[in-house]
Amino acid sequence: MTDIRASADSLMKGQSSARAAKGPRDPYAVLRWTLLAMGAIVMVMPIVYMLSASIKYPFEMYDLNIIPKEPTFENYTYVLSDGRFLRWFGNSFLIATLTTISAVFFDALVGYALCKFTFRGRTFMFIAILSTLMIPTEMLVIPWYLMSKSFGWLDSYWGIMFPGIMTAFGTFLMKQFFETVPDDFLEAARIDGLNEFQIWWSVALPLVAPALSALAIFIFLGNWTAFLWPLIVTNSQDLYTLPVGLTTFSVEQAVEWELIMTGAALATIPTLIVFLLFQRYIIRGVAMAGLKG
Amino acid sequence: MSLYRNLSIRQKQVVWAWGFLALPIVFYCVIRFYPTFNAIVLSFQSWNLLGPREWVGLDNYAKLWDDPVFWKAFRNTFMYLILGTPISLVISFVIAYHLDKTKLLHGTLRALYFLPFLTSTVAMAWVWRWFYQPVPIGLFNNFLASMGIAQIDFLNSTSNALPSILLPAIWAGLGFQIIIFMAGLRAIPTSYYEAARIDGVSTWTILWEITLPLLKPTIVFLVVFSSIGFLRIFDQVFNMTTNNPGGPLDSTKPLVLMIYQTAFSSFDMGYAAAQTVVLFAILLVVSLIQLRVLREKP
Amino acid sequence: MRTFKAFTYAAATSFAALVAAAPASAVEIEYWQYIFDARITAMDVLIDNFQKANPDITVKQSTFPYADYRTKVAAAIPAGEGPDVVQLFYGWLNDYVQADLIQPLPAANFPADKIEAEFFPMVRAMKIDGNYMALPTAVRSLALFYNKRMFAEAGLTAPPANLDELVEMAAKMTTKDGAGNITAEGLTSGMTAQDHHWWREVVLRQFGGAPYSDDNKTVTYNSEGGVKALQFYADLEAKHGVTKSTFMDEPQAAFKAGRAGMHIDGSFRIGALKDTRGLDWGVAELPAGPDGTKSNYASYWVNAITTKAQGEKYDASVKFMEYITSDEAMQIWLDTVGELPAKPSAAMTDANLADPVFGPFVAGLGYANTTVFVDESGQRQVLVDAISRMMLEGQSAADSLAAAATAEQVILDGYYKK
Repeated sequence: MTDIRASADSLMKGQSSARAAKGPRDPYAVLRWTLLAMGAIVMVMPIVYMLSASIKYPFEMYDLNIIPKEPTFENYTYVLSDGRFLRWFGNSFLIATLTTISAVFFDALVGYALCKFTFRGRTFMFIAILSTLMIPTEMLVIPWYLMSKSFGWLDSYWGIMFPGIMTAFGTFLMKQFFETVPDDFLEAARIDGLNEFQIWWSVALPLVAPALSALAIFIFLGNWTAFLWPLIVTNSQDLYTLPVGLTTFSVEQAVEWELIMTGAALATIPTLIVFLLFQRYIIRGVAMAGLKG
Repeated sequence: MSLYRNLSIRQKQVVWAWGFLALPIVFYCVIRFYPTFNAIVLSFQSWNLLGPREWVGLDNYAKLWDDPVFWKAFRNTFMYLILGTPISLVISFVIAYHLDKTKLLHGTLRALYFLPFLTSTVAMAWVWRWFYQPVPIGLFNNFLASMGIAQIDFLNSTSNALPSILLPAIWAGLGFQIIIFMAGLRAIPTSYYEAARIDGVSTWTILWEITLPLLKPTIVFLVVFSSIGFLRIFDQVFNMTTNNPGGPLDSTKPLVLMIYQTAFSSFDMGYAAAQTVVLFAILLVVSLIQLRVLREKP
Repeated sequence: MRTFKAFTYAAATSFAALVAAAPASAVEIEYWQYIFDARITAMDVLIDNFQKANPDITVKQSTFPYADYRTKVAAAIPAGEGPDVVQLFYGWLNDYVQADLIQPLPAANFPADKIEAEFFPMVRAMKIDGNYMALPTAVRSLALFYNKRMFAEAGLTAPPANLDELVEMAAKMTTKDGAGNITAEGLTSGMTAQDHHWWREVVLRQFGGAPYSDDNKTVTYNSEGGVKALQFYADLEAKHGVTKSTFMDEPQAAFKAGRAGMHIDGSFRIGALKDTRGLDWGVAELPAGPDGTKSNYASYWVNAITTKAQGEKYDASVKFMEYITSDEAMQIWLDTVGELPAKPSAAMTDANLADPVFGPFVAGLGYANTTVFVDESGQRQVLVDAISRMMLEGQSAADSLAAAATAEQVILDGYYKK
């Protein structure tokens, strides 16, 4: 546990590893750094070209230069002017946020119950939940659709959200993390007279807070980019999520690439901003999920 | 309430456990298991979504066995897997290994590598699709043309299309894998390396004898995680081949896209359900292997 | 507790009063179609007019991406959701009728003999057991769009009259860069777009073939004429090098960008091209075959009342159907979308025939064929794959066509054996 924390924390702080600092002088440092820097540039090139295309006029759209001779925000004005993008953006944000809150809450609850309580059927429950991880979403879409209809969930935010309000992946992850919480802590709280919900909420959860943030990031990103189900369950464009809207938009624009790139940029820029703001936490979260998942 | 008070601590915990699990049990039964059951039942039926469902026994599976497109999709799915997983893991390990040793602008470089992971798959599929276009609009081919080299058919080719679609998928996942590898590298206690260094062991031996064996849990996690991702590849293929989905000549079609088309273009729901059952079986086998390997702690 | 009861009671009564006060006759019906800007605009105008004439009815229009439209409709109606009046591709009708998803149009408002007297004969496919199930507002056909500037630069004066001239003229307008890549194509091509219609109902017939047997249940294009027709189409790219199917990602995009001399497309493209600045284009009838045979492909989208519409919604839907199949609606549709009226009396007018844009399309309607699709995307895929096998795998036209015929026959059998 401490190892994981320490290594994830050192990643979070953006330090290079202690070994790098302590080791003998590295004869290949310059070569290594140059190659890594070139690789990094190649990695971000697609994003750079997308952003560059979004501020170009059609006449230089297909030139190889990155900085346009005549930069313009006309594409953005055009795309944003019909207001749909903002609406889709708002929908995606709302849906991803609510789903994330719900999933983190329930996954932590279930993960805890499966980890810290002993009861008949526990292993069965765990395996049952884990097995849903292997059910492809594509298999469930039609049954979900018919179900939504009979419950009157079609064309609503709830209809888009309900398949994701709990996740098997999160449950598995949280169970793994709760295993690192010593039972003594819980026992002490029990003796203090806290009930089991209180123990979970005020003792166990804070101990796995970094894991919760990791899970939250995964679930948020997953919902932010979800495509197939929102497409099926929504009827009106007002309820589209960003990826569904973007596909609609791209097909509509019928290959006016500068506009498609603008739409793609609009779908990407928010996550880039969030990343720049919370970079450390996101990286730590990913690192922790990887070490424990 | 007095009933509860009379219970032993153990029994109280059981009550709490089921209290915690009550809502989730409803959720998993209604939203996961029932629809799964429904889909499995459907795989033994013939249904075009509009008319009544009819029992057809194993017809759908027999049809699948005889369907050349299914075997192509099956092959493609494994091509995505056996190309995508090793390539992405090797690249990300090499980058993570070296990035771990750099100091200058370490955080910035790492952020740049990680950035693609945060992009929307649908958005980036369209970006790459644009890159792959022939002259005069495609970025890559314009670059080739500017050097006087004849253009390459990236997407309109039975041999190039699959790797071309795989590339953005690898690209987008690389940052995630690099971070996880770096975290894994750092979780290895420094004392191991110090001991090795005192013994005068070469860097290469350290890598093979210490680093990689100790990284096993990380590697297993990444192998399984990315394998499932590549086995379920859909968004990239769907958005990069909208004019000829999974084409040309089904050379890029993965199972998930075949399922999608069977269900939503041909409306052959029973047949699509049979395909999902097969996909389900594949994912299950891969995941079981994963659990087996995970249990063997180093 | 008493006050609470009183409050509840008061709330309940005032709510009841509110409900009662609302006009009892206000009916809202829902209309669905796919996303195509001009069609949505046209339908908005029609709905506006209709609501003005029928203030007690409101029509709500919902639209979906074309690629997903059929999925949406097929998934929604069985679930009892969705539209009261729906727009369907004519080829889907049988599926919907068999599944009891749409109801016949009432004979009192839509008498069969009147429809047959007024509409193009192809509409008869919408009659099942003596009842008309659905009716189109508009029909569409194919024509050749050409870029006047590129014609002038190549010294061409008139659009091609036949397939030989088509190839010849296309060659004159094709330009290549130093690396041998096409930078402007003489003719657009793409089986994934409209070319599969052009090949199936036009080129094939011009080379002496026929796509299907008279009962539409058997594929008949695996013939000498079929092989010649497929060879001709493949040669456009492979031998003459006047086109590249992936050029600019989509044929219509290449034409719109002014980088293609000629482009075969439907009348629905007019609206999109009209707004393209800097593009000077004309329309001509499709080139005739080697022996002078003319052919065209016509298709249409129909409107139908779903089984979901009952009671006052049904009555409102009937009224709405009457309006959107009226002459006035057809004219609005023609002006906004560029799709041709579904009645010869409204379509084949002298004014329309003389119209430089609509004329060639209208003329094409006169000798057009309609494909009775059972699975349009599946049948399209068969031809897409047939040409891919030749271009990418070097298969001969004869082998490729034989494989295509077998594959398509499987699709037809799967449908008709039900």
